[in-house]
Amino acid sequence: MAGDTLTSAEYIQHHLTNLTYGRFEDGHWGFAHGADDLTEMGFWAINVDTMFWSLFLGFLFLGIFATAARKVTTGVPGTLQNCCEIAVEFVDDNIAQVFGNRPNPIIGPLSLTILIWVFLMNLMDLVPVDFIPHAAQLAGIPYFKVVATTDPNATLGMSLGVFVLVIYYNLKIKGPIKFGASLVTHPIPHWSMYWFNFILEFVDMIAKPLSHGLRLFGNLYAGEMIFILIALLPFYAQWALSLPWAIFHILIICLQAFVFMILTIVYLTQAHETGEH
Amino acid sequence: MNINLTMLGQLISFVMFVVFCMKFVWPYIGEAMRERQKLIATGLDNAVAAEMKLEAASASAATELDDAKKQAAELIVQARNRASQIVEDAKGQGREEADRIIHGAQAEIDQEISRAREELRARVGELAIEGAEKILENTINQAEHSEMLNRLSAQL
Repeated sequence: MAGDTLTSAEYIQHHLTNLTYGRFEDGHWGFAHGADDLTEMGFWAINVDTMFWSLFLGFLFLGIFATAARKVTTGVPGTLQNCCEIAVEFVDDNIAQVFGNRPNPIIGPLSLTILIWVFLMNLMDLVPVDFIPHAAQLAGIPYFKVVATTDPNATLGMSLGVFVLVIYYNLKIKGPIKFGASLVTHPIPHWSMYWFNFILEFVDMIAKPLSHGLRLFGNLYAGEMIFILIALLPFYAQWALSLPWAIFHILIICLQAFVFMILTIVYLTQAHETGEH
Repeated sequence: MNINLTMLGQLISFVMFVVFCMKFVWPYIGEAMRERQKLIATGLDNAVAAEMKLEAASASAATELDDAKKQAAELIVQARNRASQIVEDAKGQGREEADRIIHGAQAEIDQEISRAREELRARVGELAIEGAEKILENTINQAEHSEMLNRLSAQL
């Protein structure tokens, strides 16, 4: 629903703008009001709404699971424990299939955190697009994006974390020399082509976290965009499109959370594989 | 889309969440699940073992029952034989006893008969004397004599 004072373009623009707190060129810190401020702030800014929702949902996830873990029983589990165990078992199964049985203390909790956290952040996409931003506006907050995963900062932040782990395990399992060698001796194993191999492998290596983060961002951003476009229709016609899209989106949000988790497992598996090329 | 500090903030919170999950969530739930799996596995094993035991027990019960039946049948046959033997023995004994009694009675009868005869024989003289006395006392009366003689012979 476009407000009286907003054109459609302004409405869309408004819904796609984060609430950003950052440093202006003259050195003082404050909230950005519009695209010009954002350009001025550049890197030295933080998207408050993204941080708020991701932290809130992260704590929600951990709160639920920690409660279940504290009251855990080996006997007949309650509903909460049952739900948590379904998630844990699902993650465990996927790890067992892709990663195998290598001992690794971090891949399980990492995958579980990604699956549930990303799912919760995606889930916010099903809250009608105007509810929370409008309420925030009434409370005096100019911009308020609800879906953290439609902010590339969130998704790339996570994929960066996975990337750091991938590098760490590459160095730990293969050793610096073997890891370095794997970057230059593949795909053409001749010394004169090592520079060329390195370019290919380097691009390949960098592309992984980028595509990892941007895939999630792109899917959710596009989904959010459709919701915003549907919201431009007259109020009595919106349900005809928003309902089917929301139902379809239930699939997307689960699928994207799952894909992000599986890719994490796959990348970590590749980091653990030695001498298979 | 602007890349800014949010990315680092996300990275930090991501690490925080993963570490928390690693310390306080994953081990407990995973441990409970493995524990329960073990419990269920032992339970199933026990059930299988119990089933096998039951099978063995019912098999041995069946053989024991068979043995008992055979034994009982043998006992019954033995008892029947013994009973018929006892009946036969009793019959034999009864017959012997009866024969003995009959023989005894016969002997007694014979004895009685011969004694009576002896007695009679001993008394024939007496009777003759008695009859002669009566004849001598009375007048000779053919009719009376014959009557008396008839009576005498009737006495014999």
